[in-house]
Amino acid sequence: MALKLPPQHNLQHSSTITADSQVHHGHPAQPRGILRWLLTTNHKEIGSLYLIFSLTMFFIGGIFALVVRAELFQPGLQLVNPEFFNQMTTMHGLIMVFAAVMPAFTGLANWMIPLQIGAPDMALPRLNNFSFWLLPVAFTLLLSTLLMPGGGPNFGWTFYAPLSTTYAPPSTTFFILAIHIAGISSILGAINIIATILNMRAPGMRLMDMPLFVWTWLITAFLLIAVMPVLAGVITMMLMDINFGTNFFNAAGGGDPVLFQHLFWFFGHPEVYIMILPAFGIVSAIIPTFARKPLFGYASMVYATASIALLSFLVWAHHMFVVGLPLVAELFFMYSTMLIAVPTGVKVFNWVTTLFRGSISFESPMLFSLAFVVLFTIGGFSGLMLAIAPADFQYHDTYFVVAHFHYVLVPGAVFAIMAGVYYWLPKWTGHYPNERLAQWHFWFSIVGVNLTFFPMHFAGLAGMPRRIPDYALQFADFNFISSIGAFFFGASQLLFVLVVVLCVRGGKKAPAKAWEGAEDLEWTVPSPAPLHTFETPPNFHRSSH
Amino acid sequence: MSGGSYYVPATSRWPVLCSLALGVMMIGLGIKLVYDTGLHLAFIGVIGIVAVMWLWFRDVVIESQGGLYDAQMDRSFRWGMGWFVFSEVMFFAAFFGALFYVRMFAIPWLGGEGSKGVAALLWPDFVAHWPLINPPDSSISGPQQVFSPWQLPLVNTLILITSSITLTIAHEALKEGYRKACRNWLTGTVLLGVCFIIIQGVEYYEAYAHYGITLEAGIFGATFFILTGFHGVHVIVGTLILATILVRIQKGHFAHENHFGFEASCWYWHFVDVVWVGLFIFVYVL
Repeated sequence: MALKLPPQHNLQHSSTITADSQVHHGHPAQPRGILRWLLTTNHKEIGSLYLIFSLTMFFIGGIFALVVRAELFQPGLQLVNPEFFNQMTTMHGLIMVFAAVMPAFTGLANWMIPLQIGAPDMALPRLNNFSFWLLPVAFTLLLSTLLMPGGGPNFGWTFYAPLSTTYAPPSTTFFILAIHIAGISSILGAINIIATILNMRAPGMRLMDMPLFVWTWLITAFLLIAVMPVLAGVITMMLMDINFGTNFFNAAGGGDPVLFQHLFWFFGHPEVYIMILPAFGIVSAIIPTFARKPLFGYASMVYATASIALLSFLVWAHHMFVVGLPLVAELFFMYSTMLIAVPTGVKVFNWVTTLFRGSISFESPMLFSLAFVVLFTIGGFSGLMLAIAPADFQYHDTYFVVAHFHYVLVPGAVFAIMAGVYYWLPKWTGHYPNERLAQWHFWFSIVGVNLTFFPMHFAGLAGMPRRIPDYALQFADFNFISSIGAFFFGASQLLFVLVVVLCVRGGKKAPAKAWEGAEDLEWTVPSPAPLHTFETPPNFHRSSH
Repeated sequence: MSGGSYYVPATSRWPVLCSLALGVMMIGLGIKLVYDTGLHLAFIGVIGIVAVMWLWFRDVVIESQGGLYDAQMDRSFRWGMGWFVFSEVMFFAAFFGALFYVRMFAIPWLGGEGSKGVAALLWPDFVAHWPLINPPDSSISGPQQVFSPWQLPLVNTLILITSSITLTIAHEALKEGYRKACRNWLTGTVLLGVCFIIIQGVEYYEAYAHYGITLEAGIFGATFFILTGFHGVHVIVGTLILATILVRIQKGHFAHENHFGFEASCWYWHFVDVVWVGLFIFVYVL
């Protein structure tokens, strides 16, 4: 049949470049201005879009958190009414989980996975663009619920039924639809990442040769594809209960509100590993670089990551110890949860052993990574405390839980993202970030994080409930410190923006191999990485992991 | 792994338009559900999605026919489609999980079974049974009766299983180069899909008109309609996909040794078929 190619396509598949040449033939002039970003199929541009989106949402979610902390600065109700307080806790959680942390990791994956495996781009470039542009649609819709009659979602980011069905504001339907769009984005993004990793590696690169960031993302993408559809299912049931009179979460009709919790946490527990496994990968790249030693126990890192992922499907009800589970379920979920400490311990051991007798230097990526190892481990230990079912009866729904998951998410996931940004900024922009400012950012952040979240352990153990806008007088000092710390931490993140902006605009020029001890393939292409890299697959030579 | 012939499209306007259309559809749907207006907005969104997907797939077909795709690209499509089907499996798993949880735990506990007797105190007179004809609270009326699996559901089971067989024959015919046979067997598959949809429509009518099985009819109605409903939507989509493939066969697309578009549709159809077998067993028979 007669063929007509769409006008925007060109036969760039035949272009070849030599390894160090930056001259490309056969690429058309890029659309300029906003269209460049709307229509791009380039993994680097889409990666940048993800990262900019994530940073924007990090500040929006952060402002919500500061509203919460401002209200909790002292006992009594001062600034906002309780209804709005509830909307702030809910939106803070939703935005940080779905719009800040997850897109940040996807952005890093977009930028770095093709560079680390020697691929010309992501496997499905148009799908990649689609995955990104769903996010602004989803979160514009989600944020708009705050302006709707009856206010935005106010039932906590876990949106337990019947709070989120029978007693929910009218905007809940929009919240459900927004999460549907975000979920489609995550699933398609994950499919793309798996296809890229499994199919686009440079010739000679076996799975066990891949950098750990690639490995952890492969496993994360599997988790995403396995559990995001379950989230879609459970919010669909909510939508039906709210709008079509079904009784999924209503015991009067034979359903069960606890069913909601099972389905939600079947998604929710793998979800929290989705937010930490890529962080493991980043830290596993940075620590060997700045310790100038190969990573200790590469294979055990891979197996530990896979074990954590598999176990994550078997532990969900440890979020539900007080809901009235049968004893056998309490025991099963308690022991299976504790089992996760084993592969996690393997990881921490490997990072520490990598440092042992290393030739360590303390640039900003390394500082954030070392803080990650220490502070994430604190979060891990408090998680182990929460895993003990009888002890959890006391801790459940207190600030101890809030302290626990913020330790694994802020100095865990967020610090790892920032470490990764500082580590790869020379590759993205061609300039080193301003080291002095970055170090100030680090020290401010680590002081802010611990001021904010460490007192929450004590407040929680003393019995302060979470998600309540007022509290008894004896918690006043802890909350005073937490609120000061939160504003300090929030303000110091402006330094991060400053460093990134300065680095994009200029700075000390970075060579292709920006860090002395860095080994992976991304350091073989020029800095800044040209728009198209590895159009001819590189020859991969196995290094000693 | 290939030697640098991987096709990377320069730019595309379809993805961003598709997300815009999806957003319009969702906003329209939300306004419809909450404020009972704005359905036209949802329709505009749906039309937009269909139009954009048409154009997007058209580009892919043209590129494929133009020989721009190498073997590595073919593998990307295979991985992509395979994991997409897996995500669909997990979507249905949520609903099957809900059904099993309700039948194995929630309803027996409401009826007083087990050591955690709190649920049993809510409606002391409730007796656990399945299908749940009498929900615990009298304000909710259950179905009057449920379908016998050995009538329409059995017919539909046979139809879908037959359609999987006819589709496989069509695929084998394509591989062997018998394009006409392929077209005929594929036509048969599409017709069987249409039959299934019609019969399912009849069953839904019966459910509402004579059996009292409605969305509001307790947990039985809820699980029945969410499982069969989403399955039905997938059959409709699958039938449309196969119809599109049929048109492409007519146009002479698909080489006998390289036709992943055809295979992907087969994967999707077989998946829909397997889900139905699960439905038949756990929703209708057991």
